[in-house]
Amino acid sequence: MKSDIFVWVEQFEGEAPGASWEAMGAARSLADEHGGDVVACVFGADGLDDLAQEAISYGADKVLVTSDPSLADFRVEPYAALLAQAVRGFEPETVLVAATFRGRELGPALAVKLETGCIADCTELVSEDGQLMATRPIYAGKLMSRCVIPERRPQVFTTRVRAFPKPDPDPGRSGDVVELGPLMGEDEIAVKVAGFRESEGGVSLADASIIVSGGRGVAGPEGYEPLRELAETLKAAIGASRAAVDAGWIPYEHQVGQTGKTVSPDLYIACGISGAIQHLAGMRTSKVIVAINKDPEAPIFKVADYGLVEDLFDAVPALRKALEKKLT
Amino acid sequence: MHIVVCTKYTPDSEAKMSVDEAGNVSWGDSPLIINPWDEYSVEEALLLRDEYGGTVTVISMGPEEALEALKHAVAMGADEAIRIWDDACEGSDTLATSYVLAKAIEKMGDVDLVLCGKSAIDAQTWQTGVALATRLNYPSLMYTINIAALDPDGGSITVERLLEQGRQVVEAPLPAVVGTIKGINEPRYTSFIGIRKAAKMEYPLWTLEDADADPEKVGPSGSGVRWPEVFEPPVREGEAEIIEGETVEEEAEVLVEKLLAEKVI
Ligand SMILES: Cc1cc2nc3c(=O)[nH]c(=O)nc-3n(C[C@H](O)[C@H](O)[C@H](O)COP(=O)(O)OP(=O)(O)OC[C@H]3O[C@@H](n4cnc5c(N)ncnc54)[C@H](O)[C@@H]3O)c2cc1C
Ligand SMILES: Nc1ncnc2c1ncn2[C@@H]1O[C@H](COP(=O)(O)O)[C@@H](O)[C@H]1O
Repeated sequence: MKSDIFVWVEQFEGEAPGASWEAMGAARSLADEHGGDVVACVFGADGLDDLAQEAISYGADKVLVTSDPSLADFRVEPYAALLAQAVRGFEPETVLVAATFRGRELGPALAVKLETGCIADCTELVSEDGQLMATRPIYAGKLMSRCVIPERRPQVFTTRVRAFPKPDPDPGRSGDVVELGPLMGEDEIAVKVAGFRESEGGVSLADASIIVSGGRGVAGPEGYEPLRELAETLKAAIGASRAAVDAGWIPYEHQVGQTGKTVSPDLYIACGISGAIQHLAGMRTSKVIVAINKDPEAPIFKVADYGLVEDLFDAVPALRKALEKKLT
Repeated sequence: MHIVVCTKYTPDSEAKMSVDEAGNVSWGDSPLIINPWDEYSVEEALLLRDEYGGTVTVISMGPEEALEALKHAVAMGADEAIRIWDDACEGSDTLATSYVLAKAIEKMGDVDLVLCGKSAIDAQTWQTGVALATRLNYPSLMYTINIAALDPDGGSITVERLLEQGRQVVEAPLPAVVGTIKGINEPRYTSFIGIRKAAKMEYPLWTLEDADADPEKVGPSGSGVRWPEVFEPPVREGEAEIIEGETVEEEAEVLVEKLLAEKVI
């Protein structure tokens, strides 16, 4: 029985997100347990050699590389076509894709092309009776579901960002790099990329290991200033509650929660956030939660590990000073 | 322009979810609502219709309860609403659901634009929009936060897609599938007149046969995924440890010690 595992390695401007290496780590552990090769798939315009080597250092036995100008920016059409063709050629048992925005497009598109199942946003993958059993959150994490793809192959899974540990790269590992030609010419691709506007600086929420988040308690756009200073000290990303986003104090990109981003950092510092169920849905799987709120009855203290019952405008600068004293 | 909006019903986002001994999911006495993400799609469809003319049809594959989603969309202002269901649809995963929706849309024939929500807050797979586009062989424009340009006569659309690093601007021919996200608009509240209209409206039911869909390709036989078990996750333990000190500075220092001990900073 063939039991190779494909892992799609996402890249933006030649760099892969940590989530792709987390998926690689998950694939590596499964392959170590059950045999089979881990095959990385890397698509892009050029300069992919370093990325291919990186994929090997993170656990790939083989890397399929396709370079073509048409693959510079992610587009689901050519990427899914290419990945589907590679899957047909190599017949892996399993395909893993990190559940980033792009990965959440690629996984289901691939599954439709191959008429197979795709289990999205897995937080756990274990083998049981010869099947891969996935665990994934549903109803905003209020419940969990165990899912399996009993018959169809290959089976596709997207792995939730930060749910699987990122392996330590081993530069001493070796593997084969195989070049594959592109499948679609630019004139066959319907969607055209007309530009990309990068959001202004800062750490992206999805893969941040620390998030400093502000809610209605920050009381205005300028209220984020002390949070930003704290975030800078901690190399953290800035999050927000919907109340703050709806008030127009901070762009939607920062919203955490059921209708915002789901995050799972090592440390989540909630400042002036009451802890509504929809907010908790987006951050309850954080490893450590700190709440700063002047209301001791605020529900956020029910999920937090540590709490400061203080005015955030006193506590946040004090925390930054205490950190600077300790960390330098 | 004929715009089709795909909607789903879900339990209210406030609902306390539980699993009974038989393994069935329950949302207590919480109401069923339109999937909150789909309100953005309905709103966007109405705005486009008002600007460019045409009709908005909402569709939902689901049992009777799916009428809740359709009614809400009609109360907001949608023109037509079709429910698609057959007993064979029970147990469909996104592979099968996207097949049924694609068949229905193909049957309608004259569709220029399909709108989906980012995800349904129940199973939250985020899959149906892109799967549907792949089935229909239409461009897939997920995570759209702004429709920058639309030319129904020239048959093209330009949207801004919100990705982790920023906004990707893409152009595509129509018909296309657009996946909306929060931030694209502010969904309107339903008016009294709208709610009355929705209550009086006829909601045609399409069976698989009406949609020319093959029953073998829906339900468990058309699905790749099975979900044998749903369970309640372990709750986070108890209350926060409230850090107390003489001054806020002292509290901050204690907190830093704790965080260092937790190895999270
Ligand atoms: C369908 C739906 C989806 C939703 N999705 C989301 C979502 O994705 N994300 C989200 O966050 N919300 C979401 N909400 C909204 C959610 O229900 C709450 O309204 C929102 O999270 C409240 O934000 P908040 O905690 O910042 O504000 P509030 O609830 O007003 O809390 C502010 C808190 O700040 C404290 N405070 C005030 N001043 C200070 C100060 N100086 N120092 C310290 N503490 C202070 C107060 O004690 C209070 O606890 C959703 C709601 C619905 C219905
Ligand atoms: N049964 C359904 N009927 C109609 N539209 C659906 C259905 N399921 C999902 N959708 C659409 O697909 C989007 C994403 O849902 P999901 O993939 O389930 O997270 C939703 O916001 C809807 O627009």
